[in-house]
Amino acid sequence: MVGPKRTPLYEEHQAAKAKLIDFGGWEMPVQYAGVIEEHHAVRKKAGLFDTSHMGEIDVRGKDALAFVQMLITNDASILQDGKILYSPMCYPTGGIVDDLLVYRYDLEHFFIVVNASNTDKDYTWMLDQVKDFKVTVDNVSDQYVQIALQGPLAETILQRLSNIDLSKIIYYTFTHGEIDGVPCLISRTGYTGEDGFEIYCSPEFGRQLWRKILEIGAADGVQPIGLGARDTLRFEARLPLYGNELGREITPLEAGIGFFVKFDKDDFVGKEALQAQKEQGVPRKLVGLEMVGRGIARSHYPLQKEGEDIGFVTSGSFSPTLNKNIALGLIRTELAVQGDVLDVLIREKPVQAKIIPSLFYTRAKR
Amino acid sequence: MNPIELKYNKDHEYARVNGNIVTFGITNHAQESLGDVVFVELPDEGATVTVGKSYGTVESVKAVSDITASISGKVIEVNTLVFDSPDLLNSDPYGEGWLLKVEADDLSPLETMMTAAEYEAFVAEEEH
Repeated sequence: MVGPKRTPLYEEHQAAKAKLIDFGGWEMPVQYAGVIEEHHAVRKKAGLFDTSHMGEIDVRGKDALAFVQMLITNDASILQDGKILYSPMCYPTGGIVDDLLVYRYDLEHFFIVVNASNTDKDYTWMLDQVKDFKVTVDNVSDQYVQIALQGPLAETILQRLSNIDLSKIIYYTFTHGEIDGVPCLISRTGYTGEDGFEIYCSPEFGRQLWRKILEIGAADGVQPIGLGARDTLRFEARLPLYGNELGREITPLEAGIGFFVKFDKDDFVGKEALQAQKEQGVPRKLVGLEMVGRGIARSHYPLQKEGEDIGFVTSGSFSPTLNKNIALGLIRTELAVQGDVLDVLIREKPVQAKIIPSLFYTRAKR
Repeated sequence: MNPIELKYNKDHEYARVNGNIVTFGITNHAQESLGDVVFVELPDEGATVTVGKSYGTVESVKAVSDITASISGKVIEVNTLVFDSPDLLNSDPYGEGWLLKVEADDLSPLETMMTAAEYEAFVAEEEH
């Protein structure tokens, strides 16, 4: 028996008395002070996340751009050095292998960040697509600690430790610089709906950075955040989660991320199927739901209209920011009408929910 | 810290006995394990509950847990405060965070429940 994997920050989580759970084969903190408190800390101040379980894959070589273009549905040709792109990566069926962040170092080097539990699958999938492309694909996940500092105070706090002007790193760009003297890749990205940074460095410096950021931000209320609040934060901001909103049997057009499928670029895996789906009409749509009756809709609960199955809940929770029970559901497109009421089957009992706009939360822009 | 006057079961629920009226609730260990409680579903006043059977659910942000009855009987009072303030289960599980008051048909199932000391030993064992 191989035990669960642990990130280089594991001992920090233990020392902080975090509650640990198995997440995709990783022993990860699900909460420290409590999910709701941590959630509000990120929305109002700042929170620090250990995201070292995420996978990193390097694509290098003469054909790196052409290879990435074949792999993903979004258009990587518009990227410049130091810019980042979000994209689904699809099967020929149009179903989703994973959703990715693609960092362009230069035309011959792309750095791709993938979901923890999909890392091995994605790596194998990418290797299978190499064929005649002149590229090397390497799983470099073990070479990085990844830490995310998220929240309105993220820049202020991190700037105290950095030798570069962080205000120059605009949304979805990255640069290399030092934090507390440690060489890092710093990117202005995140998975919370707040402003913030994702920081990559060598595993040996992970604990130093983790402690230093918590220490220097303590007076501002920065605190460590577990996977529990990470999920409620991303959910309120309608950021999809693989295994919930995204999967092998769900296309990006259905999942509400069709914006990241660019049909006007050259061929990519899944293009034909997605084009056909678009022309014939997308059969399902992701909608926002607000509970009318008492109850919480949870992932995979059936959705019904007049006793007939019309879809299922992809994610559902109490929303700490809205103080309501809300959900995302995938339902038949023709029934996705704002304001309509449907039933969530909660332990065999139908409970009413109303279709509402799915972007439950957007932060106030600076 | 688990009150010595209460009885406890292996599902981390307690029973407070007062004559033939039994108050149900979840233990401090249960609320700590669940995390922030955000939803509670309970039967209506006048409903009956059956020993060992689920009578409702307690949901935290991440988890759904069934709650089981320690004795059979008729529900004579429901703590409706927890519907609007489910966090009472976290802040005061043995006080304001109680769930139901039940008029017991038969108090004998209580004899198989644990004392506070036995329950603490049970929790310690379960942790390892």
